[in-house]
Amino acid sequence: MILVIAAFLMWAGLWAVNVRLANGPAANRQAVKLLVPVLFGLTILAMWELIVRGLQVPLVILPAPSVIAAKVGDSLPMLWGDFVQTFVKGALSGFAIGIAAAFVVAILVDRSDFLRRGLMPVGSFLAALPIVGTAPILVMWYGYDWQSKAAVVVAMVFFPMLVNITAGLQETTQMQRDQMQTWAASYWQGFWKLRLPAAMPFVFNGLKISSTLALIGAIVAEFFGSPIAGMGFRISVSVGQLSLDMVWAEIFVAALAGSLFYGALSLLEHWVTFWHPSQRR
Amino acid sequence: MRRLAPVLVVVAVLVGLWYLACVPMNIKLGLSMAERQGAVVHPEGNAARRDMPAVALAIGNPAYWGQSWSQQKPRLPAPHQVVNELWKTTMQVAPTSKRSLVFHGWVTLSATGLGFLIGSTMGILLAIGIVHSRAMDMSVMPWAIASQTIPILAIAPMIIVVLASVGLQGLVPKALISAYLSFFPVVVGMVKGLRSPSPMDLDLMRTWSATRTQTFAKLRMPASAPYLFASLKIGVASSLVGTIVAELPAGGGQGLGARLLSGSYYGQTVQIWAALFATAILAAGLVSLIGAIERNVLKRMGLA
Repeated sequence: MILVIAAFLMWAGLWAVNVRLANGPAANRQAVKLLVPVLFGLTILAMWELIVRGLQVPLVILPAPSVIAAKVGDSLPMLWGDFVQTFVKGALSGFAIGIAAAFVVAILVDRSDFLRRGLMPVGSFLAALPIVGTAPILVMWYGYDWQSKAAVVVAMVFFPMLVNITAGLQETTQMQRDQMQTWAASYWQGFWKLRLPAAMPFVFNGLKISSTLALIGAIVAEFFGSPIAGMGFRISVSVGQLSLDMVWAEIFVAALAGSLFYGALSLLEHWVTFWHPSQRR
Repeated sequence: MRRLAPVLVVVAVLVGLWYLACVPMNIKLGLSMAERQGAVVHPEGNAARRDMPAVALAIGNPAYWGQSWSQQKPRLPAPHQVVNELWKTTMQVAPTSKRSLVFHGWVTLSATGLGFLIGSTMGILLAIGIVHSRAMDMSVMPWAIASQTIPILAIAPMIIVVLASVGLQGLVPKALISAYLSFFPVVVGMVKGLRSPSPMDLDLMRTWSATRTQTFAKLRMPASAPYLFASLKIGVASSLVGTIVAELPAGGGQGLGARLLSGSYYGQTVQIWAALFATAILAAGLVSLIGAIERNVLKRMGLA
């Protein structure tokens, strides 16, 4: 019980620090902007640890952060193998194929007005559907290895990317397009020099959405059959054995991989669309 | 009509491509069946056909294309088979039967509805907190964004299993997963919406010496309505996805997700496709329901 009280006291204390930092004079400094969420995260981790130990929740049901950290340290080679199988082979290859396909179709849609009026409503309708449900079918078609996972990822990222790229290519004003025409620019010159750069904020919006979808698709598809490696495989097997520390270790790896991937895309976005108003400080 | 015609053409082309794709996908099984009934097919014997590409088989046996559109367990069911199965399992079975998609759809819909209600309420409350407290904005918002990179959906079935082991079963655990998924879009949209009034409008409220509550109720809240509805539409679609995935571990259980999984276990491809289309119809229905409410409300507010 003392540990639980300590947890709440600590939470109150750190929250007071955060309130003071956020309303203080240094609130706009980069360091403070980083420190506040870090403090908040650490508070949650510490409270989790203290409450689990204080209330003596069975560690089988809810492992404490320290137990999970120990498990991550113990099984690094296995986690790396699962990561390569699911993320590198399944998610990344599907992500690349899906985006390439979406670009090709988006350019076709862009060049034909009829296709745009016909395909876009269908595309945005399909983008809202639970596409992850196709996982059992695609696993049946492409077998248990990473190819079927990549196929699920392709199906999941294709429609959000198509909708975003097409919207982005429409982004330029009539005046800008007329200007290209007065310079006698061909379609492709106008595409590379004006339309594609203008579309980039939309493209990155789609890429960020797709990056999380890709990892989800690859993991969920493994529930319908997989070789004896992979994050989805490990999660379902570990739940069967009730070794939840392993499940949490996989969650940790997935969260780390997802965040790094997203962060890398954000950096790239910052570098490519430096001119966009949303990038101003 | 000008807007409908291209859509209809695209849909018709897609259905046509689907029928065409059925031929190479199902031709091997179709030829084996035809041969067993005594028909003469081009390369004779299963062994000779095993390593041949499916497209070559399809071109070599145009007489048996019809076979690929009427199999019991095809690799790719033809559109009319799916429609037929949908009709059979919704209209010709009592809605309370376990073989009825209406029954499974209702199970999924109730969990989605409860989850969406919890998720959007929590999302709106958190957004109000974030807009009014700078400390909350700085500490919670980065984590709310980071939480989206965690593939929580991928571990949803596991959360269900763990909750079941402590005695929590049925509607509530599924609703929790679906609430988690609908929560984030609502937070982001609502924060954006509550911050959408321009500094000039806010200053105007100040010259009228409005309190924080008054500013909130009379300016921020109405201004956020378009943003709220846009994110509710995303939220309801993702809460349906959450429910479907949460239903996966209940093999042979209830709900459209369980229906997908049992179809995958027993190789009942037509059943999988019917369940898939049922989820699609459900999602489309929910999104257009929110859309209808949106049009109505915004029209009354004079915003649309």
